[in-house]
Amino acid sequence: MKKVFPILGVLTAILLSYALYQALVGAPTERTMGDVQRIFYYHVPSAWTAFILFFVNFGASVFYLIKRKPAADIVALVSAEVGVVFCTVVLITGPIWARPVWGIWWTWDMRLTSTLVLWLIYVSYLFLRRFSSSGQTPLLAAALAVLGALCVPFVYFSIWFFRTQHPQPVMGGGGSIDPRMLHVLLINWLAFSCFAFLVCWSRYRLEKSQREVDEAHAMESLLDPPRSVR
Amino acid sequence: MKNGVPYLFAAYTATWIVHIVYLGTIVSRYSRLKREIEELKKPGVRSQVSGLRP
Repeated sequence: MKKVFPILGVLTAILLSYALYQALVGAPTERTMGDVQRIFYYHVPSAWTAFILFFVNFGASVFYLIKRKPAADIVALVSAEVGVVFCTVVLITGPIWARPVWGIWWTWDMRLTSTLVLWLIYVSYLFLRRFSSSGQTPLLAAALAVLGALCVPFVYFSIWFFRTQHPQPVMGGGGSIDPRMLHVLLINWLAFSCFAFLVCWSRYRLEKSQREVDEAHAMESLLDPPRSVR
Repeated sequence: MKNGVPYLFAAYTATWIVHIVYLGTIVSRYSRLKREIEELKKPGVRSQVSGLRP
């Protein structure tokens, strides 16, 4: 395992570089928006990756609620944390793209607002994990994650259910896309998914070791009583 | 709208800044954990921490 991680890291770095090259040079320039449309190759894959991570969080949380396996709790925590990072990217790149195209940084339409609410739900989840010292925290967090996951399909389908300024979905929607653009989009999604997987893996190992150290600290305090008692 | 290069540059830079900052927090947590393991190895709880890998 120790050898696999650096190899995958190098491969992911190569894939990310290739995806960046394709996004900046390989993909054709969009006729009306020009080069600013290339933000699409970072904005959309980041959103898809965030959604997948939130679904992993949902699955792991349900599993934890049923089986109470600590590994499921760690997977839930890690996927939410990395998902929030990707969702942050979506919320930053979206307005940067909107400014030259719509003439505004932000509008309170359904897609944008629901994405912000989704981000806030998972940030609350992380705050709960970080600052609650109760033994029930994993259980409460898992319940919050199950409710939070309900927001994900709502965000995705909001552009179908409501009139919004946001464009229609690239996949499964009414819009069409140039095959070369779709190719570059999928390469970028693959690259970001590999990157997210590696970050999750690294974060999982960190969290697992941290919990073992915390247990060892607890054992140490039990084995080593205060001086006044000795 | 055609000259959107500064916006494109800003979006790509912001994306990588977010990822690099997050990776930085992971690295700092790893080094803190490594220090904690070293601290734990000093007193007599070697048996509990012998299997730990940062």
